Amino acid sequence: MRLTAVDVSYAYVHGEEVLHRVSLSLVDGEVAFVLGANGSGKTTLLQCLSGVRQPTSGVVSVDGRPLAQLTPRERARWIGVVPQLHEPAFAFTVAEAVLMGRAPHLGLFARPGASDRAIVDRALEAVGILGMRDRAYTEISGGEQQLVLIARGLAQGASCLLMDEPAAHLDPRHQHGILGVVRELAAREHLFVVTSHQPDNAFLYADSVLLLVDGATHSYGRPAEAITEESLRAAYGMEFEIVRGQSGARAVVPRVPASPS
Amino acid sequence: MTLRRGRRALWILIPIAAALFLVSLVVGRYGVRPIEALRALFSGDGSDVLRALILRVRLPRTIAAACVGANLAVSGAVLQGLFRNPLVDGKVLGVSSGAAFGAALALSLAGGVAAVQGLSFLFAIAAVGLVAWIGWRFGAAPLVLVVGGIAVSALFDALIGLVKYVADPLSRLPAITYWLLGGLSASRWETLLPVAAASVVGIAFFGLFSWRMNLLTLSDAEAASLGVHVRPLRIVVIGVATVLIAASVSISGMIGWIGLVVPHVARAWVGADHERLIPTSAVLGAAALIGLDTVARTALPGEIPLGILTGLLGIPAFLLLFLRLVRSRGAER
Repeated sequence: MRLTAVDVSYAYVHGEEVLHRVSLSLVDGEVAFVLGANGSGKTTLLQCLSGVRQPTSGVVSVDGRPLAQLTPRERARWIGVVPQLHEPAFAFTVAEAVLMGRAPHLGLFARPGASDRAIVDRALEAVGILGMRDRAYTEISGGEQQLVLIARGLAQGASCLLMDEPAAHLDPRHQHGILGVVRELAAREHLFVVTSHQPDNAFLYADSVLLLVDGATHSYGRPAEAITEESLRAAYGMEFEIVRGQSGARAVVPRVPASPS
Repeated sequence: MTLRRGRRALWILIPIAAALFLVSLVVGRYGVRPIEALRALFSGDGSDVLRALILRVRLPRTIAAACVGANLAVSGAVLQGLFRNPLVDGKVLGVSSGAAFGAALALSLAGGVAAVQGLSFLFAIAAVGLVAWIGWRFGAAPLVLVVGGIAVSALFDALIGLVKYVADPLSRLPAITYWLLGGLSASRWETLLPVAAASVVGIAFFGLFSWRMNLLTLSDAEAASLGVHVRPLRIVVIGVATVLIAASVSISGMIGWIGLVVPHVARAWVGADHERLIPTSAVLGAAALIGLDTVARTALPGEIPLGILTGLLGIPAFLLLFLRLVRSRGAER
């Protein structure tokens, strides 16, 4: 399984590109992080990668097949999206929410059957929340909801999973819990593209990092190559220092004018 | 809290609905003991008058109550899901106002029962057509449809006012006013037929489509990522729900609260999954309206307009449910 984007551009208004000739490529087992300031085009890129938006130019393909040649249902069997958390209007159970992932496998008037429910249980088990299958989605924590949405992507049968800021709104323990699950699943023949505002997490979990500035690639490569003091300055318009902890992990420390000490 | 409750809701509801159906056939203001009515119904005993009363008056009326109740409840459940808003019913799309205008117009022109039914159905469809046209032009997002519905409802409400203003106050105006209060006294086999046909087709459609309705409660982008193109589906679902409501209103007049309250009760019982919510709403709505209509025609010496009865009972039921919802969500809302 390989997901590639070649020279992808996107303009909401003709002539005003919010994404300019962005390319990336990754295979099973890999996790790519997309970093960039608010409005730098991360979410638009994710929507082009999922096929929800057609790039104005450039091509996204899975295993060499351009997304534009696939029907929406076929696309949804390859590529799953894990959206940002939001409060749903109705209290579906966890299992009901994950079962929605079977939509691209079922006809217009079909109902999910025993095999679909078995797939749901396997997906819940893979993310470690099988015990919550009959809880109300609205009553579990944000981190658990994020796991439900990942399980929904697994139930889709998608090997490419695109995650829009999975760490937003989560405390450190839950952030690392989610990203740990992401790494585990990547090892089992999945690939992940994750947008994030946390370069630290990219150092810990990413195989490759794409850093966007104003919709264009500023740097792309292994985390240590793509995330530098220079590229962070270009991305966020402020100064950072990259430090190494005793474990060898890199971390990003902002240089702020006056810190109390 | 687990939500595996309510799997057997239909096993409880169907016998209750059937029992209410039978009760509704054998009780009434015509001075006959229920046992005689039962005998007339099942063994063909009793006078011709009694048999005519039960087979030509009470039976179509009770079936009409079942159909209208089921139609309003199912379309309410479906529209609440589609608009991702538990406070929505047929009113939101302008169906009721369109139907009321059509009926008022027919009554002001001294039209018969068929004219009232036909025009109210046509204008209900026309009102939603207008809302859907506005919605489609602006992307068919739920908010756009709601705004379109408010505008179209207001337009038809003004037109109803106009019709009432110019209607003959002695002969026509009372008929319009009474129709707007809602009731099933005009139900005969002839008027029932189109309603029953709409019920069978519409409810069967939503029964088949029930699981997919869950997907329409997602945002457009989320549904698209699951390979579901929501815009055309939304319009189809609105179309079928409109036919259900329009067919009901054309025979019953304005009957509020069933479409709002019944889906809430059903959701509290069996959960949000439309696979169980739709059949449960259908049977619960049918049972509720059979029961209420029986009360409407037997409680007082004169008939109580059904719309008044559903309002009087619906409002407290709605407030109780709403308070429950607020309490269970804690301080969030």
